[in-house]
Amino acid sequence: MSEYQPSARILFTLAWRNLWRNYRRTLIMLVAIVIGVWAMILFSSLMSGMVDEMVRGGLRTLPGEIQIHHPQYRDDPSVANSIHAPQSHLLSQLNQAPVTGWASRIKVPAMISSERDNRGIQLLGVDPAQEISLGFDPADIVEGRFLEGPDDKGLVIGRKLAERLETGLGKRVVIMSQDPDNNVADRGIRVVGIYKARLQATEEMNVYAGREVIQKMLKLEDHVSEIAITGGNFRKVVDWWPSIEQAAGPELETLPWMALDGYLESMMEMQTSYNIVIMVVIFLALSFGLVNTLVMAVFERVREIGLMMALGMRPAWIMYQVLLESLILLGLGLVVGNALAVATILPLEGGIDISAVAEGLEMAGMGATLYPSLQISDMLMSTAVVLVLGLLASLLPAWRASRYNPIQALART
Amino acid sequence: MSVTLRLAWRNLWRHGRRTWLTVGAMVFCNALLVFMISTQFGSYAMMIDGTLGVLTGHLQVQEQRYNDEPRMRYTVPRATELAQTLRESSGLAAIAARGSAFALASSEDRSFGIQILGVQPTSEPLVSNLPGLVKQGRYLDNNNAAEIVVGSVLARNLKIGVGDEITFLGSGRDDSFAAGIATVVGIINSGMTNLDRSIAEIPLGYFQSIFAMDDDAHSIVIKVDDLDDVAPLKQAVQSQLPGPELTVLDWDQLQPGLRQAIQADMFSAFIMYAVLIVLVAFSVLNTQLMSVLERTREFGVMTALGVRPAQLGRLVLLETAIMSLLGLLLGCLLGGLLTAYLGSVGFSLDGMKEAMERYNMDGRIYPQLSLISLLGGPAIVFIGGMLAAVYPALRLQTLQPVAAMRAV
Repeated sequence: MSEYQPSARILFTLAWRNLWRNYRRTLIMLVAIVIGVWAMILFSSLMSGMVDEMVRGGLRTLPGEIQIHHPQYRDDPSVANSIHAPQSHLLSQLNQAPVTGWASRIKVPAMISSERDNRGIQLLGVDPAQEISLGFDPADIVEGRFLEGPDDKGLVIGRKLAERLETGLGKRVVIMSQDPDNNVADRGIRVVGIYKARLQATEEMNVYAGREVIQKMLKLEDHVSEIAITGGNFRKVVDWWPSIEQAAGPELETLPWMALDGYLESMMEMQTSYNIVIMVVIFLALSFGLVNTLVMAVFERVREIGLMMALGMRPAWIMYQVLLESLILLGLGLVVGNALAVATILPLEGGIDISAVAEGLEMAGMGATLYPSLQISDMLMSTAVVLVLGLLASLLPAWRASRYNPIQALART
Repeated sequence: MSVTLRLAWRNLWRHGRRTWLTVGAMVFCNALLVFMISTQFGSYAMMIDGTLGVLTGHLQVQEQRYNDEPRMRYTVPRATELAQTLRESSGLAAIAARGSAFALASSEDRSFGIQILGVQPTSEPLVSNLPGLVKQGRYLDNNNAAEIVVGSVLARNLKIGVGDEITFLGSGRDDSFAAGIATVVGIINSGMTNLDRSIAEIPLGYFQSIFAMDDDAHSIVIKVDDLDDVAPLKQAVQSQLPGPELTVLDWDQLQPGLRQAIQADMFSAFIMYAVLIVLVAFSVLNTQLMSVLERTREFGVMTALGVRPAQLGRLVLLETAIMSLLGLLLGCLLGGLLTAYLGSVGFSLDGMKEAMERYNMDGRIYPQLSLISLLGGPAIVFIGGMLAAVYPALRLQTLQPVAAMRAV
């Protein structure tokens, strides 16, 4: 006697019809799953947006995704630890894809004094064209102009610093720093431009001058403090970092942003684990309802299940049928939830104004606008969490359904 | 026990598994809320203490323009006397005057532009935890000595150690040229790189003579033991200030970012809680709606026997209340025990350390269990559960006995 083997099609039809026998219960559960999935994706896209924004902002201040330094420079940022401007092999690496911009710059601590006040700053000797290729936006100049070339004799300072020093466009200030022989070098210099930055701290710290002017003042010849390189996409930096490191040679320290800024790296790591935790927590709250629905669905069909078994349906197929019901429910919830999440997030991707709490966010390194970023990976992750954990949670009721004794089940009222 | 209560209790256990699953959802949610809210409060308290304990303090007396524009010439006159007066009137010892100036600090090899603080060696350790973090040498002890303590990274960058000299150049209050040579007597190692890179403290008396400050300072820092004391103390201090050009600022005004960081975090956390509570409410709605629907015939019989629909509605609400109460008690118990345990030993999260350093916290979080954090979340879950039962209860109000008795 050959056993009856229901086709997958029949199983699906059974599961589908069973679901809608009690449409109210199914709909309530469906709504719960949709809200859960929607919240999972919304939260993770807000988090991703927040962290992306922090990383991007951090990289604009750093700047670049890769930096080359003298091995001692990061510990002791003094002019004594300077390096040659890029030459030969490194230079040719810098001028080809995937590098989209690079700058060789002097970055040393210095003092700036106006007639009113003085401050400790970070003096940047730059080539303006290179800085712009690295991401400095000339539109950020709010007064005056940006430097015009590496030999520009002017100085560009931040808006906040200008306020602190009670100085302004066209005024002279004195910058003081130290040359490699430890002599104090100073120079009177005219403010030709004032820039605004995303973070106040940047406006107070970074002061731009022509690279050649600073090299002459600090007797540096053609030396620079760092070479900053960008390739546009901060997530892909590990792909091209080795070739730059090789070209720079072993005497120099070539590091990607993750190593340069531990805070940014830990934020990225925290984001991923935080997203998973949120998804699992939301799912757990959901799972009680899911198991409940399935337990009830099985319970009210005990006689029917007994009958099916008596007619020759094997316990495994009963189990598959209950699992399939759960799968359909989860699948529907995921489709609607994902669609709803996309529909909510896309209109918000232009940015949400959160300036009400801007100063608090600045402490954490963020700006005043939040750009949610919808990541396919987040959607896939939430789908995986819901499907895998959902099927796991359904195993128990499904297994129990397949364990009924047909005779006892049929005898139940 | 009233009949309704007995009915509700028995009805619940007709489907023990279903009831426990719904209660389980509430227990899970409640325990999680207790733990998360306590952890939040705990970490906020640490953020506040960590950020304010380093230098800022809870209250500062300043010249009224100084906070917005920290200029040398906006000073608090006769600051040490005023600090002493305040100490006597308030009975609080943790009050210290402080001056602040930018200068170019040079060792034999290196120069850096830094901010130099002039502090009262006897009072400063009471308002700031930096003096306690001197890891080499000692803290300042003489109000007029030409001595300086610096952060460890700054010391390394300047290539100096205890016993070496630092020269500093800057401008005094009257824009005059200010210069001094001080001996390094101690090195502060707080473990926070940014702070260790920038901190430098000299005695206030010496600071005043170098920067032409007479007996002025820039701020008088006050530290309290309990955050709740800040507001009354602020008023008390304000009334004792000698002139209208001085003002008292509380920590919220001194570090506006701090409260906003807390608010931003609270806001995102509360959205998360709301989602959890809605999901649990759906679970309750599902359970109660099912249990009402499957009892349609039974309810039909009951109405036919003279039970009024309103009584049936009360029955359903009572069932939900019992269930929610169980969830509340078990959830609070479980969450409370977990939180109390972690609150005493603390816990750390990998990867959070660097983020927490921004607020000068070490890597461990100690959840703070309070009445609000214990009952606040679960109470809202209770209300959410009760609201979810309203629809099933309302459905009963239009029940037709005859049709109901025939329902399958």
